[in-house]
Amino acid sequence: MNAVAQDLELVSVTKRYGATVAVDAINYHFKPDSYTCLLGPSGCGKSSTLRMIAGHESVSDGSILLAGRDISDLPPAKRGTAMMFQNYALFPHLSVLDNVAFSLKMKGVDSAARKSQAHEMLELVDLTALADRMPDQLSGGQQQRVALARALITRPQVLLLDEPLSALDPFLRIRMRSELRKLQKELGIGFVHVTHGQDEALALADDIIVMNNAVIEQAGPARDVFNAPKTRFVAQFMGGHNVIALPDGHFAIRTDAVGVTSADAGLIEAQVTAVEYQGTHVSLSSRITGDQEVTALVPDDTFFANPHHPGDRIGLHWDAKNLHQLTA
Amino acid sequence: MQKLRENNALMGWLMVSPLASVLLVFLVAPIIMIVIVSFWRATEFSIIPAFVWENYEFLFGSPVTYTVFLNTFKYALITWIFTVLIGFTVAYYLAFHVRSLTWQIALFLLCTIPFWTSNIIRMISWIPFLGRNGIANSALISWGVIDEPVEWLLFSDFAVILAFVHLYTLFMVVPIFNTMMRIDKSLIEAARDAGANGVQILWNIIIPLTKPGIMIGTIFVVTLVMGDFITVRFMSGSQSANVGRLISNDIALLQYPSASATAIILLITVLMVIGILLRFVNIRKEL
Repeated sequence: MNAVAQDLELVSVTKRYGATVAVDAINYHFKPDSYTCLLGPSGCGKSSTLRMIAGHESVSDGSILLAGRDISDLPPAKRGTAMMFQNYALFPHLSVLDNVAFSLKMKGVDSAARKSQAHEMLELVDLTALADRMPDQLSGGQQQRVALARALITRPQVLLLDEPLSALDPFLRIRMRSELRKLQKELGIGFVHVTHGQDEALALADDIIVMNNAVIEQAGPARDVFNAPKTRFVAQFMGGHNVIALPDGHFAIRTDAVGVTSADAGLIEAQVTAVEYQGTHVSLSSRITGDQEVTALVPDDTFFANPHHPGDRIGLHWDAKNLHQLTA
Repeated sequence: MQKLRENNALMGWLMVSPLASVLLVFLVAPIIMIVIVSFWRATEFSIIPAFVWENYEFLFGSPVTYTVFLNTFKYALITWIFTVLIGFTVAYYLAFHVRSLTWQIALFLLCTIPFWTSNIIRMISWIPFLGRNGIANSALISWGVIDEPVEWLLFSDFAVILAFVHLYTLFMVVPIFNTMMRIDKSLIEAARDAGANGVQILWNIIIPLTKPGIMIGTIFVVTLVMGDFITVRFMSGSQSANVGRLISNDIALLQYPSASATAIILLITVLMVIGILLRFVNIRKEL
């Protein structure tokens, strides 16, 4: 929608509520036109960050730049951002069409023009047939599309999504996330999506920002963040990793990069504590010296060719290049 | 199974019966009584059970009836305008500008303080304030706004409306406040995100979503004002009349059939007004 690349940048952005610091001087340069997920547990500051970008929360310190201008003190509608709210926040007294056309009405666009534009937007989200319905006559997925259309009609440079999929059932969530991804590619604008689900972030994002305790723990392309966590928190929050203390420091290693062999052939000896069949894989938990738990995710055919049971002594091995040293 | 279902029906009836019997005895029966009496015949010194239309004929034949009904509507309309304006403003302030729940509750209770005394005491307390040598007049004179006491402050339509507004504004505040508290705050953020300014948010979001509350408050105020007689008597110094006073005068003269007929017509009028109001707004969501 926009020919020029629109960069969103956070410069030492801080949010304080009284004495508590919700967001502590974070810096980040969003890649133009990319899908970025702000990921973290509840209370980590990800929602405050998004709301500050949107302008629904004042910035205590630092600035937010969009396309080279400081937008920190502008009202929400003047920033070039649009927000999609967690519970969609559709106006219950307005029809779908009027909800979508709301911002145009506020701008004073005449009735015919705003209706035709709203229809275009509804076409984009495939809801033309429901234009005259009221929000409470729509399903969760349909409400979400209305919210999307309403946000997009302002032609934002960046769309901000606050946990957009959390109100949907698991099946719909997976469908809507592929739609979101497709829409972002079609529109070619930046999406910033707040979530606490790492699977959602991995499925959607070009870049992931993992936040914890008001700071960014790690940020980068989704694959890098998952593959090479820098801190214990990221390794544990992203899941699928073991955190092991070895003589030369703490390391993260993906559970599927841990191999199982006989007790004397491995790098380290272990005792099986639990075996869990997961369909395509078998998750084998074991205990190594120092009372550390290590999980190995073994393909099911490999496992059943040579099954192990709780109490068995086994050897674990891995490729040193799969070990990622943790800084914290 | 069959037995259980019968028991369920029986249980249902038993459960509604206390309320139903209370309503039957204290609401339905008296109204039926009034309807019956309104058809009786009355002379200066006796009341004769009958079925005659003469009470209604007299009522509709008298020009006084129309003047008084019109006056009653006038009071209701003007009171409604003021209570809606004040009630909406107070509720808006409480719901959207007072941030903490503690303060909301505290200020809300403050609004109810006048209700700790009776209506009549609240009315009478206006008299020393508004009277010819009352506080209002002496203050205005000492400020030099006026040279001699203003006569229309007390015992006038002004005083009647002032008292009505004072008495019944809270009945507007409560339902409006209640409806406003249920408005999802994210709707206001969403409106702001879409570029709406304060006035636009008020006009396009808050007022439409508050309509059911305004309507419930309107029903309260309109029915209270239309059924009132004591406020009009006190505050107008018996110089103005409304339907309630018509009825109370009839009762004072022991003209029960005539009073009943007027009461029935008033009841029908009020029900019609409410019926019309309900056509505009669906209040069911609030109940």
